[in-house]
Amino acid sequence: MENLQAIREQALAALNAVQDEVALEQWKVAQLGRNAALTQAMKNLGQLSAEERPLAGKQANEVKLALEAAFEEKRAALEGARLRASLSSEKLDVTLPGRSLALGRLHPITQTLRRINAIFAQMGFQVYRSRDVETDEYNFLLLNFPPNHPAREMQDSFYVEGGAPDNPTLLRTHTSAGQIHAMREYAAKDPKNPPPIRIVLPGMCYRFEQVSARSEVQFTQVEGLAVGENITFGDLKGTLTDFAQRFFNANVRTRFRASHFPFTEPSAEMDVECFVCGGAGCSVCKHSGWLEILGSGMVHPNVLRNGGYDPEKYSGFAFGMGPERLTMLRYRIEDIRYFWRNDMRFLEQF
Amino acid sequence: MKTPLSWLKDFVDLEGINLEELAHTLTVAGLEVEEIHYIGLPMPSGLQQTKVSGLSWDPEKLVVAEIRDVGPHPNADRLVLCRLYDGQQEHTVLTGAPNLFEYRGQGELKPPLKVAYAKEGAEIYDGHQDGMHKTVLKRTKIRGVDSYSMVCSAKELGISEEHEGIIFLPADTKAGTPLADVLGDAVLTIAITPNIARDANIYGVAREISALTGRKLKPMPTAVKAAGPSIKGKVRIDIQDKELNPRFVLGLIKDVEIKPSPAWVQQRLRLAGMRPINNIVDATNYAMLELGEPLHAFDYDVLVQRAGGKAPTIITRPAKQGETITTLDGVERKLDDFTVLVCDTAGSLSIGGIMGGLESEVTENTRNVLLEGASWNFINVRKTLVAQRMSSEAAYRFSRGVHPAMAPRGVSRGLELMRQWAGGVVNEGLVDKYPKPAKDLQIEISSADARRWLGVALTNKQIGDILKKLGFTIATQGKSLLVTVPDHRMDIETGVVGKADLMEEVARIYGYDNIPATRLADPLPPQHGNPPLELEERVKDLLARMGIQEVMTYRLTSPEEEARRLPPGTPPDDKPYVKLANVISQERTVLRKSLLASVLEIAERNARQRQRIALFEVGPVFHSSEETLPDELQRLVVVLGGQQQPAGWQAGDAAAYDFYAAKGVVAELLAGLGLHGLKYEPGAHPSFHPGKCARVVVGERQLAVFGELHPQVHSQYDLGSHTLQAITLNLDVLGELVPERFDSRPVPQYPPVIEDLALVVDESLPAGQVEAMIAQTGGNLLAGVALFDVFRGDKIGAGKKSLAYQLTYQHPERTLTDDEVAKLRDRIVRRITQELGAQLRA
Repeated sequence: MENLQAIREQALAALNAVQDEVALEQWKVAQLGRNAALTQAMKNLGQLSAEERPLAGKQANEVKLALEAAFEEKRAALEGARLRASLSSEKLDVTLPGRSLALGRLHPITQTLRRINAIFAQMGFQVYRSRDVETDEYNFLLLNFPPNHPAREMQDSFYVEGGAPDNPTLLRTHTSAGQIHAMREYAAKDPKNPPPIRIVLPGMCYRFEQVSARSEVQFTQVEGLAVGENITFGDLKGTLTDFAQRFFNANVRTRFRASHFPFTEPSAEMDVECFVCGGAGCSVCKHSGWLEILGSGMVHPNVLRNGGYDPEKYSGFAFGMGPERLTMLRYRIEDIRYFWRNDMRFLEQF
Repeated sequence: MKTPLSWLKDFVDLEGINLEELAHTLTVAGLEVEEIHYIGLPMPSGLQQTKVSGLSWDPEKLVVAEIRDVGPHPNADRLVLCRLYDGQQEHTVLTGAPNLFEYRGQGELKPPLKVAYAKEGAEIYDGHQDGMHKTVLKRTKIRGVDSYSMVCSAKELGISEEHEGIIFLPADTKAGTPLADVLGDAVLTIAITPNIARDANIYGVAREISALTGRKLKPMPTAVKAAGPSIKGKVRIDIQDKELNPRFVLGLIKDVEIKPSPAWVQQRLRLAGMRPINNIVDATNYAMLELGEPLHAFDYDVLVQRAGGKAPTIITRPAKQGETITTLDGVERKLDDFTVLVCDTAGSLSIGGIMGGLESEVTENTRNVLLEGASWNFINVRKTLVAQRMSSEAAYRFSRGVHPAMAPRGVSRGLELMRQWAGGVVNEGLVDKYPKPAKDLQIEISSADARRWLGVALTNKQIGDILKKLGFTIATQGKSLLVTVPDHRMDIETGVVGKADLMEEVARIYGYDNIPATRLADPLPPQHGNPPLELEERVKDLLARMGIQEVMTYRLTSPEEEARRLPPGTPPDDKPYVKLANVISQERTVLRKSLLASVLEIAERNARQRQRIALFEVGPVFHSSEETLPDELQRLVVVLGGQQQPAGWQAGDAAAYDFYAAKGVVAELLAGLGLHGLKYEPGAHPSFHPGKCARVVVGERQLAVFGELHPQVHSQYDLGSHTLQAITLNLDVLGELVPERFDSRPVPQYPPVIEDLALVVDESLPAGQVEAMIAQTGGNLLAGVALFDVFRGDKIGAGKKSLAYQLTYQHPERTLTDDEVAKLRDRIVRRITQELGAQLRA
C-alpha cells in the first residue's frame, strides 16, 4: 500500500519537473507505460489474497486515474504555453493602412434628393418628374406670371431657338413648371371631381446667370405640391416644419416670413434655426441665427384653376427648395461650382 | 427702397422703438429689410437678425463745428486752411473741399458755416478711396501743415457716396453738439416685391409699420396752400389713349426762386439714394419718395412760348412707329407705337412716366413751374422700359403700378413743397383729366375663408380690424364682411382671387407665427410610385456597389465639346441640336446630345490626378423633334479606366479595366436587375475601337453598346496613359425589359458532380458559341458552365486556342451516378467536336 503512495508521489514530482512536450511523453512512458512501476504494481495484484485484492485494486486504480489527470492537465498547460508563444511571434503592425477598396458613391446631390424624397414619401408625397425644356405657357403664364409682369424679372431664362413667338420655348427656370402638368394629369382622371394631389417634383432648372461661387446656370430644385379640399396654411407650416426637423435635426426651430411668388398666395419663406451655431450667430448664418431654406405658399387660385381644380372648392400648398443649398449648408461647402465640376477629391468626401 | 428712419417719423410715432425689432417685424410681414445702415446712431452688437452697416459716431470725436474763416494754404492752391471752433477751442483744419473755396480770403464769416467735424481717432469712411471703406482719422502732415482733424463730406459720414465737397449743417445748430444728435439716422433698405409696389414710398412703409405695431398713422400730407388765382384756362389736357394713360393732372406754381434745397431736405434725399439738384427738382423727387407718385416739372414759360404765347395744351398719345425723342440723359430714342408720349402742340416733351425730354426742363432761369402727376398702364411702361433699355426712379414705380388716385395727391404735395422751399404762389386748383376712373373693388369674405385658407379661427371682427389698419373699408353683409379696397392699391383683385389677396393681408398682419402648425388631414391620394425613377435608382445603386462613382454634369454644352467624342471626320448625324437663343457663354450654347461626351469630360478632368477612373451618370440627352418640344431621352453612361482597385502598399490587385471588365459590369448590372441570357454581339459605333466593341440587342432594339474608346477619340482628350472603356445604355429600353419579378431556384440538397473540360478550337470561333452549345446540350442536368481558362501556344498549334470549362452536373432530387454523368459528357463532347470542330484536350 505504501508502495502505491510512493509511486504516486514520485511520479507527480517527476511531472512537476517536466518542461516540454517531449519530456511529457517520456514521463508518460515511464509512469504509465508497460514497464512503469504502477503498471508492475497492478500486475502484482493477483498475488494478493482475496481479501486484500479489492482494496488494493481500488487504490491502484485511483493512483492511475490521478496520474492520468495530472498528465492531461500538464499537457493542456504546455500546449497553451506553446500557442501563446507562437501567437506572440505573429504580431502585425496594426497601424499600417487597410487595403484600399473601390467604394462607389452616389453624387452628393443624388444623396440629398433621395433624403428629401424619402422624407416626403413617408408623408404620402410621391415623385412626379417633368421635362427640362418647357414652354413659356407652363413655366410662366399658367403659373400666374402674365407677359411683361414684374415678377418675371426675378427669373432670367434661357430661350431655345425656334419656339413660337407668342409661346417661346425655354429651359425651365423652376420645377414649378411641372405643377400644371401634374394637376392636369390628375384632374383628367375625373374632371368633375379631381383627386387630391401630394407630390414632390425634383429636377434640373436653368437660369441665365453668370456662374460664380454662389450661382450656377443649372441647378436642381425640389418642388412640392399638395392639393385637396381641406388644406390650410397651417398644414403648410406643419408639413414643412416636420420636413426640416427630419432633414436637419429633431429640435430645429422654423420660422415663416411673408414673401411673394406669383403662383402662391399667401407666400412664405421658411428659415430654420442655424444648425451650426444653434441660433447663437456664426459665419454660416451670417450672424443672424437663421438660415433661409425654402419658399412656399398656398397655391394661387388662378394656378388651381389652370390646373383643372376649382379654387372655390380646392386649396393647396406648394413649396420649392434647392438641394445644392441644403447640401452646401449641411456640409459647409463654399462653392456651388464643385457640384457639376465632379472632381473626385470632392465627390469622394460624401 | 431706402427708407430713412427720420422720414418715417414724420408719419408714425417711433418713439422708443428698437430698430432691430422693427426691421424683423417688417421682414416677417413681407417687407424684407435687407440692411440697416447706421448714420452715427449706436449700432447693436451680437446677434444680427438683419444685416447692418454704417458707423456709430463717437459723441466726443464727431461734433458740430463752425468755420469762422477760410484762408489760403501756404504751399498748395487746391487746399484751404479753415479756422474752426468745435465748441471748446479753435483749430486750424486743412481741406480740399471745393465748396469752401468761395469763402477763401473773405475774413471773418458772418454767420459762420456749420459743418460736421471729425477729431483725431474718429472712425469715418475713407473719402479718397473708391467704394466704402472705414478708416480711423490719424495725425499727419500735409504739405508742411499739421493735420489731425477734418471737416466731413457726405461720403465720409456714410450718408451717400458723394465726395465733391463737405456738407453744411443748418445754421441754428450749436458748435460742440455731438454730430449724432443733429444728423444721426438709420436707413432701412427694404426689398419691394411686386405685390407690395404700393410700399415703394415712405408713407407706404409707415402705413405698414402702423398696422404691424399698432402705432398711430398720421394722415397723408396732401394739403397745399394756394394763394394764387385759379389754374383754369392756363393749360389744357388732351388724352388720346385712356387705356394707356387713365389720368393726367397738372398744377401750377408761379414766381419760384431756383436755389439749393434746405440742408435737411438734401440730407433726406441723399439717405434715400437720390442726388439733390435744386429745390424744384428736389421737391418732385421728395414728393415721389414720400407718397409714391412720380412727378414731372415743366418750365411753364417754355410751354407758353411753344404754344405761340397762348395757354399750352398737353397731349398724351402713343408714338408713331420710329418717332424719335431726345431724353434728359442726352440719348436720342427711336420709339415703338406702344410708347406713350407727353406732347404739346409744338411736339413731344417726354416719354410718359419714364423720362423727360431736354427742351422743357426746369432750368436755373425757370420762374413758373407746371407740375405733372399722371397714371400710366404699368404693363405698357414695362414694355417700353424693355424696348428702350431705360430705367429711372419714376419708371421703377410706374412699371409696378401706381393707383390713379395718387396723381392729384402727388401734385398737391409737390406744389406745397415747392412753395415752402422756392417761394412762389400756387395757383388754386388742378387741371385733372380722368377718362378712365378706377372702380372701387369690393370683396366678400368671412371667418370661414380664414378657416379654409389659413386654418385659423378668426372672427369677422378680427378680420375686419386687421384690414382696417391697412386702409380697407369694412361693412357687414349678413354673415360676411364686404371689404372695399383702398385707392392706393392695385394688387387686389375680385372674386376668389380677391379672397386670396385679402387672406394674405390677414395672415401677414395677424402674424405667420400665430397661425398654428398642423399636419395634413386631407385624404391621401392614390399611391402609385414612379417606376422609371425607381429603375434609375436601382441602376445607380448597382453601379455604386461595383465601385463606380456617380457624377452629375452640365446639360448645356457646345457642339465643339461634344465633337471630341467622335473621331475627326465622322459624318454628322441627322439629329440637330437644341440650340439656345440667348447664350451666356460659348461653352454652353446647346443642350447635350451625348451623355458620353459629358462623362468623358469629367474623366479627362480626373485623369490628371487619378490612376483609376470609374464614373457613371444617369441623365437625359436632348434631341430636336417634330413636336414643339424636344425629346428628352434617359441614358446611362459608364466610363472605366486604369486600375480596377485603387493601388495600395501591397502588391497585387493591379489589374486594369479592359474590355472584359466593362463587359462584366454590363453583365452584373443586367443580372442585378433580373435580366439573364441577353445576347452580346460585335458592335459598331464611331466612338469605340472597331474590334473591341459589343452591343446588347433585344429583338429589334439596342439596349447597350460598350467597348474600348476609339484611339482617335482617346487622343482628343487629355487622358494620360489610361485606356478607357465605356458603356452607353438606353434606360427607356431597359425599363421595358426589366421583369417585375422572377422565380427563385431551390438550393440543391444533393451533391453536384464537377468536371473540367478543355477544348481546342479554331481561334476564329467565338467562345460564346461553344458555351451556348455546351449549355444547350447539357440540358436541365447541367447546372453550370464556367469558362476558367483561355490558352494559346505552341502546344496547341497556330490558329488555335484552348478553352477550359468547369461543368457542374446536378440532379434536383437525387445524386447523379457516374454512369449518367459520363453519358451526358459524351453527348456534349460528341456534339461540339462534330459540329464545331473542337478537339478534346488531354
